[in-house]
Amino acid sequence: MSSENQAVTRADVCAVAVAECFRGDGEIMISPMSPVSKLGAMLARATFEPDIVMTDGANMILAENVPFGADGSKAVIEGWMPFPFVFDTLFWGKRHVMMGGSQVDQYGNQNLAYLGGSFKQPKVQLLGVRGAPGNTICHTTSYFLGDHNPRVLVPKVDCVAGVGYDRAAKLHPASRARHEIRRVITNLAVLDFETPDHRMRLRSVHPGVSVEDVQAATGFELVIPSDVPTSREPTAEELRVLRELDPKGIAAREVKS
Amino acid sequence: MTLEEAVAEVRDGMTVGIGGWGSRRKPMAFVRALVRAGVKDLTIVSYGGPDVGILCATGQARKVVYGFVSLDSIALEPHFRNARQSGAIEAVSLDEGMFRLGLQAAAWRLPFLPTRAGLGSDVMINQPQLRTVKSPYDDGEELVAIPAQRLDVAFIHMNRADTAGNGQYLGRDPYMDELFCMAADKALMSAEKIIPTANLLDEGTFHTLKINRMMVHGVVHAPGGAHFTECPPDYERDEAFQKEYAASAKDAAAWEAWKAKYLDVSEAEYQKAVAK
Repeated sequence: MSSENQAVTRADVCAVAVAECFRGDGEIMISPMSPVSKLGAMLARATFEPDIVMTDGANMILAENVPFGADGSKAVIEGWMPFPFVFDTLFWGKRHVMMGGSQVDQYGNQNLAYLGGSFKQPKVQLLGVRGAPGNTICHTTSYFLGDHNPRVLVPKVDCVAGVGYDRAAKLHPASRARHEIRRVITNLAVLDFETPDHRMRLRSVHPGVSVEDVQAATGFELVIPSDVPTSREPTAEELRVLRELDPKGIAAREVKS
Repeated sequence: MTLEEAVAEVRDGMTVGIGGWGSRRKPMAFVRALVRAGVKDLTIVSYGGPDVGILCATGQARKVVYGFVSLDSIALEPHFRNARQSGAIEAVSLDEGMFRLGLQAAAWRLPFLPTRAGLGSDVMINQPQLRTVKSPYDDGEELVAIPAQRLDVAFIHMNRADTAGNGQYLGRDPYMDELFCMAADKALMSAEKIIPTANLLDEGTFHTLKINRMMVHGVVHAPGGAHFTECPPDYERDEAFQKEYAASAKDAAAWEAWKAKYLDVSEAEYQKAVAK
C-alpha cells in the first residue's frame, strides 16, 4: 500500500465516528442513507459489530460487505428486505437508521420536507417527510451531515419530519419508549444529546478542528463540556479496512473540507 | 382492454392510486393515457415519481397524497417542486409508513389503523384532518388513527400477466401494488407481456404471483409500459431520457416542447420515439 493511502483523512475520521455510533447495536438492521454512513456501517460490521444486518441499499440483505465500486452481484444474499418488509422492521423497532437532513435543530428535530414559505406553498420543496416521522418514533436514529454550517444546524427546523427530544418529551411514555437520537456526525465534529434537557452537546471535535470552529458553524448555542475530546482516528487495522471498502475515496466527496 | 378503455374509468375529480415506487416500475403507459384523456381535478395517491411530476405539470393533479416524490437517481422531482412552490396543488404529505397504513386500512375495509408514526412530527400539524385515538386498553396510549385511503381507480404495471388479471412481478420488490388494488373500486393492470395462465411459473416461482384476478378489473398489454422508470429484469431505468424529462421543468417552453414530443402522441408513437 502506498504511503498516501496511509494518511488519515477527515472522511476516515467521519467513518470511524459513524462506526462508533453503531457500537453495541448487535443484531438489528442498520440503514445508512449516504456513502459515509454506509462506509462507517461496513467498518463497524468488519470490526466490532459483526452481527449487524445490512441490505444492498435496495431489497437484498447481504451476508458480506461489498466495497464501493465492486460488483455486488456475486455477494452472498442472506435475506430479502423489500419495501413492505422495511416498514415491518421499522415498526418492530429492530433498526437504526442514519439519515441526512437539510436542517437539524438543537433538540434533534430534522427536516427534509421543504424550506421556507409555508407548508401550503413552500419556498423550496424537498423530498417530503419520507420515513423520518416513523423512523424517529419507532427506533434509534442518527444523522450524518457532510457540510456543517449555520443554515443546516439551525435553532428551529422549518418542518419537523424527524422527531427531536423536545417534541418526543410531550408524548405518552409508551410512544417515546423507542425514541433515541443517538448522534449527529458532521464533517467537523460528533454531537449527541446526552444532556439533562437533551439539547445538542459537542461530543468530540475532529482532529484539526477547534471547539470555536464548531460553535461558529452552528446556528445555535451548543452545550460544550469543559473538556472536549478529539474524535478518535482509525487504528491501523481500521484504516486498512477503510481503504479496502472504499479504494477510490468515494465517501470523501460527501465530506466538505 | 386498451389503454384508452382502461383510463376511461377515470373521470374528473376522482382519486387515483398509482403503484410502483419513485422511479421504479411505474405504470407510465397509463399515466400517458391519462394525459391524452385530459381528465382533471384528480387526487393522486402515490409513492411518487414521474407519475406525480407529469400529472402536476399537465395541471391534471389538484391534490397529491405522498410520502415522498423522487426520481431516485435525481433526488428531487422538478415538476412536483414547481407545483408545490407555486402553490398549484393541495398536498397531503405523510410519512411513508403512514401512507402504507392508509392503503392497508382501505384494503381491509377498516375506517383507520393506529400507529405511532407521525406522533410529534409536523405531519400532525400540516394535516389537520388526521386524528388520534386512545388505546382502549390499560396502556391508554394516544396513537395516530390513519384514515383509510380509498381509491376510485388504481393503476399498476407488472412484468407478466394473463388475460384473466393474474399478475407477476419478476423484479426484486413487489412494492405496495396489491394494496393499491385492494384499496380501489377498480384496479387496472398493464404488463410487459401477456402470457397464458399455464406459463405464469415459467420465469418466476409462485412467490411472484402477488396480484390475482380478484384484485384486477382490466388488463392491458403495454410493452415498455413502465418506461422511463425501471422494470427489471425487462429493462433498467432510461437515465438519459429521465434527465431530458427533468430538464423539461426548466420553463414553460421546455415543458411544452417535451410534452408535444412525448405526451401529445399515441403510446405506439411514444415507444417508437424512445426506442434505442
